[in-house]
Amino acid sequence: MSDIAASNLAETKSGLAGLVDDWSTDKQTYHVPWGKAMMWVFLVSDTFIFTCFLVGYMTVRMSTAEPWPVPAEVFALSFFGGDPIPLILIAIMTFILITSSGTMALAVNYGYRKDKRMAAILMMVTAAFGASFVGMQAFEWTKLITEGVRPWGNPWGAPQFGSVFFMVTGFHGLHVTAGVIYLSIVARKVAKGHYDKKGFEIVEITGLYWHFVDLVWVFIFAFFYLW
Amino acid sequence: MAYVPIADQDHELHDPHSFVTKYIWSQDHKVIAIQYGGTAILVGLVALVLSALMRLQLGFPDTFSLIDPSAYYQAVTMHGMIMVVYLLTALFLGGFGNYLIPLMCGTRDMVFPFLNMLSFWVYLLSVLILMSSFFVTGGPTGAGWTLYPPQTITPGTPGHDTGILLMLISLGVFIIAFTMGGLNYVTTILQARARGLTMMRLPLSVWGILVATVLGLFAFPALLVSAIMMTFDLTLGTSFFMPAIMAAGEQMDYNGGSPILFQHLFWFFGHPEVYIVALPAFGLVSDVLSTHARKNIFGYRMMVWAIISIGGLSFIVWAHHMYVSGMNPYFGFFFATTTLIIAVPTAMKVYNWVLTLWEGDIRLNTPMLFAIGFVFTFVHGGLTGLFLGNVVIDLPLSDTYFVVAHFHMVMGVSPVLVLFASLYHWFPKVTGRMMNETLGKLHFWCTFLGTYAIYLPMHYLGFLGVPRRYYAMGSTDFIPESAQALNANITIAAIFVGVVQILFFINVFWSLRNGKPAGNNPWGANSLEWQTPDTPPKHGNWGPELPVVHRWAYDYSVPGYPQDFIPQNVAGDFGVSEDHDHDVAKEEQSGA
Repeated sequence: MSDIAASNLAETKSGLAGLVDDWSTDKQTYHVPWGKAMMWVFLVSDTFIFTCFLVGYMTVRMSTAEPWPVPAEVFALSFFGGDPIPLILIAIMTFILITSSGTMALAVNYGYRKDKRMAAILMMVTAAFGASFVGMQAFEWTKLITEGVRPWGNPWGAPQFGSVFFMVTGFHGLHVTAGVIYLSIVARKVAKGHYDKKGFEIVEITGLYWHFVDLVWVFIFAFFYLW
Repeated sequence: MAYVPIADQDHELHDPHSFVTKYIWSQDHKVIAIQYGGTAILVGLVALVLSALMRLQLGFPDTFSLIDPSAYYQAVTMHGMIMVVYLLTALFLGGFGNYLIPLMCGTRDMVFPFLNMLSFWVYLLSVLILMSSFFVTGGPTGAGWTLYPPQTITPGTPGHDTGILLMLISLGVFIIAFTMGGLNYVTTILQARARGLTMMRLPLSVWGILVATVLGLFAFPALLVSAIMMTFDLTLGTSFFMPAIMAAGEQMDYNGGSPILFQHLFWFFGHPEVYIVALPAFGLVSDVLSTHARKNIFGYRMMVWAIISIGGLSFIVWAHHMYVSGMNPYFGFFFATTTLIIAVPTAMKVYNWVLTLWEGDIRLNTPMLFAIGFVFTFVHGGLTGLFLGNVVIDLPLSDTYFVVAHFHMVMGVSPVLVLFASLYHWFPKVTGRMMNETLGKLHFWCTFLGTYAIYLPMHYLGFLGVPRRYYAMGSTDFIPESAQALNANITIAAIFVGVVQILFFINVFWSLRNGKPAGNNPWGANSLEWQTPDTPPKHGNWGPELPVVHRWAYDYSVPGYPQDFIPQNVAGDFGVSEDHDHDVAKEEQSGA
């Protein structure tokens, strides 16, 4: 064993060759647990799914002959009979989701300090933020459906508007919902002391997924609502 | 760089306690591999029968009335989709990937065995969904394996309602299965290798499977997304891919969709898919060639980088399938260039295979014959690929039998020859018994020469302008009568090759009982899977202690060493030194 370590050390190179050697080193390429490496690979793969969705959306938006509905008008809410405020609901939803990333980061921190009570509580808070996000999305869907938006058409212009809206936000909503369930399960296991011996990497792995879902929302927000 | 011990060493294994957990709901990668392989081969036989039906129709249109035009298109579609996705992808990655990765990396199992088991069962579900489309009203979809809209959805295409829906669902389920397996393969290779086994000491099989799996994880999302969008077009009435269109004399309820978008998404998956099939084949064949030529693989490092660069380039060549689609012609300029660039690393690999054979102590046994056969068919199919990669040559040849001949040569016959080489090569490890050489060689020569009898004339048909996917040629001015005679010959050859495959199955079942016992390392091979304490390897693979790796997998015929191979787990400073991969001079020396 030691001779191998020695022979590997002896070969250390600088520059690009050293990078390749580092990367291809003994036993494991990244010094992280298996689950974390796997989550990263999965997230890169999932990135391709969302990228394809968004590129598909941009293509149909550019190729459709009819005008695209104006998001600022479609996604506006008026309170107490006042003037409609553009994108107000989306702004609140985005704020909630970003906040949940913060509580998730705190949970990871408490996890590594082995404070399993706080970690579990913060994960549940994160899940609650996530659930309220999905709730507001359901409200938004209901509002648009009552206004006549359907996957095959809408009152304001290109029928692809509804198709893309329901597909992309629905697929993202499914991810959030899955994240809420995942968080709840892991939080319960953390609280029960399931990871006392194994270590609390699982909190960070769950967190990776959650941050990813948040990050994707930022892109959906930018490309769908702000464009 | 430094060696870092990891805590996962005492990772617990799931030990089987009953027949059911041992052979059915098994989490052992070897059992899962056999389940994957068996299912893939069975479903591949269905596709083989479909191709026989098509060939009988094409060769003797007036004699047989086995299938009508609808059934012909359904056969074309299902044959293509099954062969590409459900046979080749599943067998290379699910079958050989599962079996060889943990053994070649010196681990006890995949990193997440439960997920691995789930992967197989979900794959089986996708196969069952696909097969069920044969039994629904309207039958399976007949839109061609590329599933181009609007034709897939418009009435008049066979299976335009239920068949296509089942196809799309089945693909979605397959992608979930592949993702579960693929995450396991990648993580196992990157994170769980045996002590001393650096990436640059991995056998090329593992490299091929690794890069192919990464391609799959990045390319299948495009297929998933296009399947979801098409499902919505089909069921919800969205217009992602469907323009305003008349069908059967009526205006359909679609408006403003982009059929070209589907083609882009499909081929963004479809072209890497070619390499998902080809890269594992490249890897496996490198190991078979090196072992039976008793020589180190020529230019190991170059081979690895070629695999990686082919994998990277495969993502930027997709639109060479779309020169005639009506996309912006300037795209053709870019994609023709990248397509020709990808030929460079591919050609490097071919040279290296040939140079591995050069002055080797070649043993012409069955696996080696299949492997050398692959080099021939691959060069052949690769060269016609250069024709088709050029826009000006592709335009007249597009949608003719030249294309059919090209892709069957390069990603039909070639990977299948590697599959056979690998099955003959690793069968002794899987079962503990050797296969029959006489039957094997007979199988090889009939298959190899037979495929040339099928596909060489097809190139000629293509030059004549015979279009592909036609149920019957009818009478045309530009296609001479003799084309039909050629078609009849092709059909006879195809039926012959199809029937000859029985030899393989006879050989497998005969050898399972009567093959001579193989021992642990019948070929005198270096890589770790041949160094297991038991053959077939028991659950956990390695007995009490994991192997420690001291060298690369290609120390064959090292001067001064008493035997002509040095297994990877043998310590000692002979042969190619530890830093073989940095030292070209030494590499050449040991080869000479």
